Amino acid sequence: MAKVSLQGVSKFYGKVQAVRKIDLEIIDKEFLVLVGPSGCGKSSSLRMIAGLEEIDEGIIKIGDKEMNNLEPRERNVSMVFQNYALYPHMTVEENLGFSLKIAGLAKKEIEERVHEAAGILDITEFLQRKPSQLSGGQRQRVAMGRAIVRRPDVFLFDEPLSNLDAKLRNQMRTEIKRLHQKVSTTIVYVTHDQVEAMTLADRIVIMKDGIIEQIGTPLDLFERPATKFVATFIGSPSMNMIKASIVKQNNELSMKTNDGIIVPVPKDKQNSVSEGQSISFGFRAEDIVPLKFGQKPSSAWEMKSSVNLAEPLGTETLIFTNFGEIEIVSRMFTPEQVKSNDVLDFALNLDRTYLFDENSGLAI
Amino acid sequence: MNKKQINNILIWFSAIVLIILIMTPGLWVVLTAFRPQVDVMAKPAVWIPRNLNLIQFETMLFGGSEGSMGRSPIPVLSYLRNSLIISFTSTFIAVLVGTIGGYGFARHNFKHKNKYFLLIMLTRTIPGISLSLPIFIIFSKIGLIDTHIGIILVFVALNIPFTVWLTDGFFRQIPRAMSEVAMTDGCTKLQAFWHIELPLSRSGIASAGIFAFLISWNEYALVSNLARSTDSKTLTVGLMDFTAQFTINWPGMCALAVFIIIPALILTFMVQKHLVTGLTFGGVKG
Repeated sequence: MAKVSLQGVSKFYGKVQAVRKIDLEIIDKEFLVLVGPSGCGKSSSLRMIAGLEEIDEGIIKIGDKEMNNLEPRERNVSMVFQNYALYPHMTVEENLGFSLKIAGLAKKEIEERVHEAAGILDITEFLQRKPSQLSGGQRQRVAMGRAIVRRPDVFLFDEPLSNLDAKLRNQMRTEIKRLHQKVSTTIVYVTHDQVEAMTLADRIVIMKDGIIEQIGTPLDLFERPATKFVATFIGSPSMNMIKASIVKQNNELSMKTNDGIIVPVPKDKQNSVSEGQSISFGFRAEDIVPLKFGQKPSSAWEMKSSVNLAEPLGTETLIFTNFGEIEIVSRMFTPEQVKSNDVLDFALNLDRTYLFDENSGLAI
Repeated sequence: MNKKQINNILIWFSAIVLIILIMTPGLWVVLTAFRPQVDVMAKPAVWIPRNLNLIQFETMLFGGSEGSMGRSPIPVLSYLRNSLIISFTSTFIAVLVGTIGGYGFARHNFKHKNKYFLLIMLTRTIPGISLSLPIFIIFSKIGLIDTHIGIILVFVALNIPFTVWLTDGFFRQIPRAMSEVAMTDGCTKLQAFWHIELPLSRSGIASAGIFAFLISWNEYALVSNLARSTDSKTLTVGLMDFTAQFTINWPGMCALAVFIIIPALILTFMVQKHLVTGLTFGGVKG
């Protein structure tokens, strides 16, 4: 019913092209997260869906209706802003009921719907307060309440949690997810925080420089990054990435780093690379393990390196060590004390090593 | 006594001297308004008032009584009417146009926006009095001398730049998201302005209005050229009615001055409240 589709959509600010001909189909009732570094065009895309920015090129449809020339008020979307944008001169109740009042609904119905929304978000006791008398989390809830009270076809969230402190952010993240289950409406959610994207999304759209790098489920993106950018952007700590070129050794293709370290190309990639090709290879922190404290993977490449720094986090410990000249992170799940300057044997899991062409950035 | 105390005393002392310097002329005007001419003209000056009376005010408002100096009746009520009509109308127009202008500058992007803004502000650098001759010549050609409309036009032109500047600042303080959320909430642009942005900037608009009113109310130089009769003379210009060929009715003039100051004073207190209060944005972060 309320699917959203973007077809070849572009946005220019003067000569700068913020969004470059993107195509995107958002399924009805889907929770879609647009994520990317600042300036990647994610907010512009959201604002074009809302009608707050002109669509310079392409078509945006909500349901089957073209939205290009409709005003924001005609699109039946609700937007939640980063700074909440609650009306400071109105009480919470008036804030929630404002859109219904503008729509000309009867007083009684407004009251009913406001109370219903307030109930969902647990803000009934604040209805008579002004926004300035609320805490950050409460304001955020009012902002969401104001969005759901209209029963829109699509919710648009523009970095709604970035003004909250870490603890509250986690809490509100859960609430947003719960809200989606309760109201089951299409949600387009913009964030620069990959953790938010991973935890909330049905599907994630990763953007960079105005184009879509990859669309997929959180696990898709994590397990099968299509580009080097996606690989380093998703996951925390970010994927270790090392530049290398392909060389032939003992009839087998290997990767030679700038420091001269030679690592064999994983077996399944032997036929996908050619000698002389510039590549980067990446591996996640958990895929390079200190042998002493972990299990050796079946297809392993080993190295000896000293610990620069260890960060014990309780369930896991991050070990910073060197791969040639480049610092990498290893994650171990054994609660053992590791000290700086300890020399350890590390095993790299070649089956979980990703290769990217250096020129195109695409996964090999 | 330590250094801090000495510092405090010095600060207080200079503050008091400064206040005396600023207040004395005003106080003198007020005192003079309630004094007999003899006391006013006395040499050496009589600093501590001996007998005060309301004769000047009676004369001014009710046409004089025995013993008052200003026997030639001065049409204060006509002047008051002119002042009120001119000040309120010009303020209303200036605030209306200026607010729209300020909103435009704050919210819309157009070519050469900064240049236009600068241009509008530059008009303020021209001393008003230097325009009096050209205005006089133009007005005399199109028959606007000695009319309310003429003077109102001048004041509107005088006040718009300031109003644009002030309201632009206030609108800029309101996050854009405020009107955007209103628009997704179902408002047209105008409704968003009317329901959200206007109420939020009302202290700015009120301040602009009060300033515009005070400028119109207190203006003397331009109006003294453009107003020729009781049809359009304002209270400030009326002050000159107290000068005769050889004499000046100082108490009378001061009484009228006091009469002019009172509304200005009340409004100034209102400005102060608005300026101090400022805007509190509970709706956004912070």
